[in-house]
This record gives sequence, structure tokens and C-alpha cells, in this order.
Amino acid sequence: MRGYTERTKRLRHQSVTTQPSISLERALLQTEFYEEHFGTVEMPILRALSFKHYIANRKLYIGDDELIVGEKSEGPQVAPTFPEICAHSVRDMQVMNARQLISFKVKDGDYALQAEKIIPYWKGKSTRDTILDAMAPEWKDAFAAGIFTEFMEQRAPGHTVADDKFYKKGFLDFKQEIEQSIAALDHVNDLEAYEKKTQLEAMAIACDAMVLYGQRYADYARELAAQEKDPERKEELLWIAGNCDVVPAHKPQTFAQAIQMYWFVHVGVTTELNLWDAYSPGKLDQYLNPFYQQEQAEGTINYDKARELLECLWIKFNNQPAPPKVGITLKESATYTDFANINTGGIDPYTGEDGVNDVSYLILDTMDEMKLLQPSSNVQVSEKNPDEFVKRAVEISRKGWGQPAFYNTEELIQELLNAGKTLEDARFGGASGCVETGAHGREAYCLTGYLNVPKIFEITMNNGFDKYTDKQIGLTTGNPVDFESYEELREAFMKQLDYFIDIKIAGNHKIETIFAKYLPSPLMSVVVDGCRQSGKDYNAGGARYNTRYIQIVGIGTMTDTLAAIKYNVFDQQRFTMANLVDAINANFEGHEMTRNLVLNHTPKYGNDDDYADDIMVDVFESVRDKIRGRKAVYGATYQIDMLPTTCHVYFGSVMTASANGRLAGVPLTDGISPEKGADIKGPTAVIRSASKMDHTSTGGTLLNQKFTPASIAGEEGLSNVTSLIRSYFKMMGHHIQFNVIDRAVLLEAQKKPEEYNDLIVRVAGYSDHFNNLEKALQDEIILRTEQGFN
Amino acid sequence: MLYDREKCAICGMCAKLCPQKAIANVNNFMVTDPEKCIFCGECVTYCIPGARQVAGKEYTVEEVLAEVLKDRVFYEESSGGVTLSGGEPLVHIDFVEELLIRLKAEGIHTAVDTCGAIPFEHLERAAQHTDLFLYDLKLTDDAKHKEFTGASNKEIIENLENLARIHANIQMRMPIIEGVNAEVSHIESTIALLEAIDIKEVHLLPYHAIAKHKYAKLGRDYLDDKMQIPSKEKLEHFREMLAEQGYDVKGG
Repeated sequence: MRGYTERTKRLRHQSVTTQPSISLERALLQTEFYEEHFGTVEMPILRALSFKHYIANRKLYIGDDELIVGEKSEGPQVAPTFPEICAHSVRDMQVMNARQLISFKVKDGDYALQAEKIIPYWKGKSTRDTILDAMAPEWKDAFAAGIFTEFMEQRAPGHTVADDKFYKKGFLDFKQEIEQSIAALDHVNDLEAYEKKTQLEAMAIACDAMVLYGQRYADYARELAAQEKDPERKEELLWIAGNCDVVPAHKPQTFAQAIQMYWFVHVGVTTELNLWDAYSPGKLDQYLNPFYQQEQAEGTINYDKARELLECLWIKFNNQPAPPKVGITLKESATYTDFANINTGGIDPYTGEDGVNDVSYLILDTMDEMKLLQPSSNVQVSEKNPDEFVKRAVEISRKGWGQPAFYNTEELIQELLNAGKTLEDARFGGASGCVETGAHGREAYCLTGYLNVPKIFEITMNNGFDKYTDKQIGLTTGNPVDFESYEELREAFMKQLDYFIDIKIAGNHKIETIFAKYLPSPLMSVVVDGCRQSGKDYNAGGARYNTRYIQIVGIGTMTDTLAAIKYNVFDQQRFTMANLVDAINANFEGHEMTRNLVLNHTPKYGNDDDYADDIMVDVFESVRDKIRGRKAVYGATYQIDMLPTTCHVYFGSVMTASANGRLAGVPLTDGISPEKGADIKGPTAVIRSASKMDHTSTGGTLLNQKFTPASIAGEEGLSNVTSLIRSYFKMMGHHIQFNVIDRAVLLEAQKKPEEYNDLIVRVAGYSDHFNNLEKALQDEIILRTEQGFN
Repeated sequence: MLYDREKCAICGMCAKLCPQKAIANVNNFMVTDPEKCIFCGECVTYCIPGARQVAGKEYTVEEVLAEVLKDRVFYEESSGGVTLSGGEPLVHIDFVEELLIRLKAEGIHTAVDTCGAIPFEHLERAAQHTDLFLYDLKLTDDAKHKEFTGASNKEIIENLENLARIHANIQMRMPIIEGVNAEVSHIESTIALLEAIDIKEVHLLPYHAIAKHKYAKLGRDYLDDKMQIPSKEKLEHFREMLAEQGYDVKGG
């Protein structure tokens, strides 16, 4: 069993062996509160009071052995639901209960409660209903065809990360500041004063709720201590009570209290709304190190004690499955992982100097021992970091389960500067979710949906017609058989891109307006800079920086598809466009020679071949320039990300064959990785190709590399991988991650899943149990090119 | 021209498309006439099962240099560099010398992998420009050397002694083949031989049969009945023997 101490062994075992389930406790409390109070107070106040109602009435949980306390619902692996966003149907709940992958068990009586109490109240009122009602027919057509996905359909806007503020102030301090802001409002000259007052009062209530949360836990721990027979545990329970007396009302005084503070905020933020990618601690090593150093000097903590506490926190993350989802929203993120992501290493955000400290190594050791899906642990690699640190991280990474992933500090900072942040704020920047960049604690950077670029090209090839939904959904830009040049084809593609991107953004405007109106998030507004100062909510542009991301999927497939047409049809004239269209329509059956030519004898992305890479850069820049810098409602600015989560599988499943030889239904490329099997010139050629796009003009890119264990074994292998990372980052690559498992092992695991319950692989910006993945995704990982150093 | 008979569908497309008419079906084996083939690759492109492959490519010094420089960042980060190997690279000493000079001017670390069976003048010319020699030593016993390689080892050993006088950085590379030289006596005689030579690092290269499929693709017989993979225990013992003499032993 994994675990540094007997305690964490037991806690981890419980976390990884408990079947996720659903609790209706939160949904029932929300419903009863809304039934009584909806319409009697302003929406922000209603939201704050309903959150406080949950905190005041919810069951508390302190497990045997626990040192850090707090769960989102009744216990480990129990997920609350959010009917104000999406009141799942009884059928949805039956599916969640019965499905083989990513299942959530539902208690027998809960179907009736959902049908009789929850659904009748929320029908037509939950934001999912409001959003779908508001969408234009062309949006619905494109959504059904798999042109894009919609993040806010079953979950709230999120991807927001903590900075250091609640290690320096408690929620009573925040409340005092908010009250001062309310007192300072000028109700004569400030025409928004009443609105601001409402928002600020809601934030103050959220602070009260957090203080209450700590008090309730302190009381509960004392109650348990009074009954406890084991004197050692009794003392621990009193110690927990003591910690909860301090946090979250006041700033933490000790290493343990700092961790407990983070965890209370995490639970608060993720139960206020079911926001995407949970909530993340950001540069945790930077924020915890002062507590560790101080306590070490005082002799009240040592490595072992700190390590045990960190492991307790890791287990807490793993106890929280991502909110239950169904349909397309499940397909775009088919995992229990909720993407809380911890940035270790990089720079000290205050000085800009090397940030590697004792807690950085403690975190690496914890990650290595725990080997848990959550939190997603990454390291930031700065030029200023010592090789020793990077090598220790590579040592863990090459064990094969995908953590840590590697992020480039200098490139992250440049991205943030390019997006208009100050250097001071950019230094607090990091990655969250999969690879998304943000200025932690001061930015609302919400992902809005994935964009299926290869599918938009497929629509172009069919003159606007979609074969998946059997419907004309795009513009009529001409039959490609009649195109006389590559430029003509490209022009038609650009028109279709413009058309669908406009549909997506128009939909986003409506959805964001609905969220700002119905689902303000006062607690989140307390912990993100700008909201308390401006009196505006996090969901209404209150943060210091507001960014909306659209995630671009399939650039590898797209590049190779265009290269195949340009090279074979127009340049070499090996066959005509009509031949190619026939071959694609036949899924290449009976067109083996055509497939051989496009698949094996055409320039491909990932080999440092400018013929293909120039096309990649053209597609990248075209899509980026159609999105980047556009305005969203409430003053936010659009940016792009190059990441797929699991959406490349879904997007591939709604498509016919592609001109690059990809067959119908097969997954697209993930992130900015080359097409499976196309990158035959080794890992350094891959990073050279990938670095030809300007990463610093995005909000994050994702590059997967797969190695066989033998190819990176030993001291030499360690050095080679370290050098590969350093080289890629020198070329301003954003992120790189590794899978290191023999193909034979994965094939065997497909045959005998029961023997491989422990097998964890890197998917795309996160790791998951191989057995949790659908077959198409398993196949996709097996087929990724295995690289080696020669 | 490499040809994989197992992959070949014997469709005849290659023969049909060959502009030189160099390919013919002989008893269901697509035979390429090396006299006629100009390596244009047309047959490779249009071979659906991928049974044909042109091995090797002609480069100018300029082209090799351009290819190498693409990985410059990686060499800098890894303290790596370029190894010239073969066949025997020093057969092409003019090309090798020019390439080494150019690489040195670019500040890239170079190594030359040689079997030593080459006029000393070639080694001398390379020695002026390369940072490192990887020098093969297969057998100390001259009779056996003749038996397995077809040539005497006298020149090789002489060249090694002379090279060590003019170049300070030589690593020995010793293939260890069961049935040929995987014997304690061979290691002992090697140690005796190296005593007078300034060598610090020795690489043990256990025999493997990876080239077997390549021989088949070339349509050549693979003489492996005498050669076997040595045991791990033996390799470990050899490693210890060499390490005791103060050598830095790698591989095995």
C-alpha cells in the first residue's frame, strides 16, 4: 500500500477503493432555500444566503485518521449535485448509476426525491434549460454536429486558481475590507452604487459562511474528542478543533493550518458552484514554505510531519470526483479527475528568482508516493531552476503514469505579458486544468468550449453539408471538386471557420449574460482580486483580468489533411480532388493506393518538415487571429488554448475519414501532438515542429510524447529527457508530458483489465486509470508514436 | 534497395512503374537489378504494403551540417554532439575531415567511431579535428581475428598505440560475442594490451541479433550459427575485471 505513514496508507486506501456516488443533500438544501426565498432578495444575496444555508445545515465529516478535514459532500467520493445549473433527469441518474465508466451510484430512494422534489422546482429554471432555450437554431445544429462543445451547459465558469491572499488574511479580515468598501460607496454620484452594494453584501455573507464552516468543524471535532476513547486520537481531534478555531476566520499560523485553510476554501468554492476544473492551489510550494521554515526554526515540524500533512491534502483532492455529467459534456471530459492542478518549482513570485525550496521537494516526494489521479501535479521549469530539481521530477515522470507534466515558466510569463498583464501579476501565473494559463488569484479565465477545426474543414469539403446529422449546417462555399488551386480551397475553409466561430461566440455572449444574472458567485469573488475592489461579481467581469478561452482541437490532423491535398492534388498531381473525395466517401475502401500515398508518402507535421509545418503555422495563426482579442460580455477578452482533454475522441467520432488517411470515427490528434505514427524523425524533430507556432500568443498548448521504458532508462535516459524538456522550453514551448509504458503492456491491459487496476496513463493534460478510459481512447494512446533517443 | 518479402503482396506495381525496368518477378520474388536501379524511389512510393525502402541517402557536407545544426539547442542542453560512424567512416576521410572541421567551427562536440583497420594517415587527419575516438577492439588473438573478420589485427593494434600518442581521448569499444570472444582469456589479454596505452573508458557491447531482419531484406544470408548472446553473469564478471584495473566501464 502506498503512503509515507500508516495513517496515509489507510486514508489513501479508502480514497482509491471507494466507489463514487451521488448525494442529494446539497440539491435538497438549495431547493428548499430557493422555494422559500427566491424573489425576496437580490440574486447575489440569494446566492450567498443559499451557500450559507448549505454550510449551516450540511453534514460534516471527520474520518478516522484524518488530520485535514472537509469534504464537498457527506464523505470521500460522494459528489453533491447542482440543480440550479442542471437538474439531471431520472433517466440521466439511472445512466450515471449503471454505466460502466465514470459511474456514480445513486441511492434507491434518491430517484424518487429527484423526481418529486428536485425536478419539479427546477424545470425551466436551471441555467441549462435557460441556456438551451436561448440558443439560435444554427448554434443547436453546430452543437449537435460536433463542431464545438459548450462548457457552461452542465457546469459553471471556472478554471480559477488561488494565490497567497488567504495565507495572509482570514475571512474576518476580508469581511472587514468589504464592509469598508460598502461604507465608502457614493450613492449620489456612483450610478452603480446600489448594484455594487448588493454584490459586496453578498461577498460579506460568503465570508460569514466560511467562518461558520470553521466554527462548525471546531465544534464537531470537540464533540468527537469528548466521545473518543483512544487518548492519542482524542488529542488529534482537539488539535483539529484548534486549527479550525483559527482558519478560515483568521490567517493560518502553522503549516497544518495553512493546508487546512486552503482546503476549506477549496471545498467552499467548489460547493458554491460546480465550476470547471474545481479550484487549484497554484504555487503551493511558494505559499507553504514560509510556514515550513518558521516551524522548522521553532522545532514544531520536521520533514516527516510535513510530508504526512501534504499526503493528507493529496488524498483530500482525490476524494472529490468531478461533478457528475452526461451526454456531450461527459464526452469532452470523460474522467473522474477534476483537474485541480498544482504548480511546483518555477520562480518565487515576489522576487522572480529561482523558486525551488524545501516544500518543492516535499511535494515531489508526496506526488511520487501517493501516485494519485488527483491532484494533477505539474512542475514549472524555469531557466533559473537547478538541474537537480528537474531531474528529480523527470525521475518520477518516467515511472510512466504521466505526472508530473512540465511547464515552461519563462513562456508562461511571456504569454501573460502578451495578454496585457503586469510583470508583477504575470509572476503569479501558472497553469491550471490541463495546460491553461492564468494570473493566479487575480484573473477569471474561463474555458467556453472545444472547437473541432478538422470537422469545419470536412463541412467545407462537403459544401456546407454535415453527414453526421444529415443536414446543411454551414455556408455553401462551393464544391471542392471545382476548385482549381489550394488557395481557393483555403479561402472556402476560412469562410466556414469565420461562420462557425461567430456562432460559438454569439452563443457564449448569451450564456455568460445568463450566468452573471442568475449565478453570481460571491465566495469566488472574495478570493479573486478585483471583485472586492470593484464591487462586481466574478461572473460579471469583476476580476482584475477577464479572459475567455476557446480550445482548438486537432491541429495535427488538420495540418496533415491540408498537406495531403496540397501536395498530392495540386503540387504533385498524383490524383484529382474528385478521386480524393471518392476515397474519403468510401472511407478509403478500394482506394488503398490513395491512402498509401497520403499516409506514407506525404509531408507530415512533427518531422521538422517546413512543407507541413508552414501549413500548421498558417492554420494556427488563422484560427488564432479569428478569436484572439475579440471581446466577450462584461469586458472579457478572447484567447485560444491548444488542448483537447478527451474531446479529440468525441470530435473524431462525429467525422468521416480525412484526406490524411485518418479513417472515419478515429480520434483526432490531441493538443499540438502530431498524428499518431506520423512523427518518424524522433523527439527533437517533434519539438522543433511544435515550436514553430507562437506559443506565447496562446493561453496554453499541450504536447504528448510517448517513450518505451527502455529508451529512457538509466542515468543517460534521465539526462536525455531533461535535455529534451530544457531544449523545448528554450524554443518557448509551453508544456510537455510523457507516457512511458510498453505498448505490449497496454495491449495486455485491454485483454485483461482486471489485472491492471493500478495502471495509470497520461491522457491529455491529466492522468487516468487505463480501465476508466473508453476503448477508442485506449486505442488512441496505444497508437501514439513511441519515441526514443538515437 | 531493401525489400521485405513478408510484406510484399506481389502485385507487380513496382515492376510496372519502374522507369528503368529494373524490377522483375522471379519466382514470386520481386528482384531488383542493381545495375539498372537509379534509386529514384518511385517503386517505394507506390508500394501499398510498404515492402520497399531505399536505405541510405547521399548528402553533401553542407546538407549534413544543416541537418545536424537543427538539433543545436539539444546538444547545448545535453552536452551532446555528433558521432560519425559507419560502416567505417574513415574510408571517406576527405568528407569526414571537412565535416569535422565545420562542426568544430560551430562548437559542436564530435566523436569518430572506427574499427581501426584503416591507413594510419586517415586516423591522423581525423585526430586533428575530433574530440573523441570510439575505437573497436574485437579480438586480441590474431588467428581468431583473421577467422572472423578476414583480416589481421596487427594494423588495428599498431594504429591504436600510435593514435594514443597523438590523441588524448579514446574510448575502447569491445563487442562481447558468445562463441567468439566471450572468454576470460580475451579480457585478460585485452587488459595486457591496453596496459601501455592511455585509455580510461571501456564500453562492453553485448552481441545482439537486431540486424538479422535487415539481412533478409537485402536478400543476404545471416551467419549467426556460431554467434550467441552472452550471459549477464559473464558480462558482469568482465565488467568487474576491467573495473579492477581502474577502467571506467560502461554498457554490458
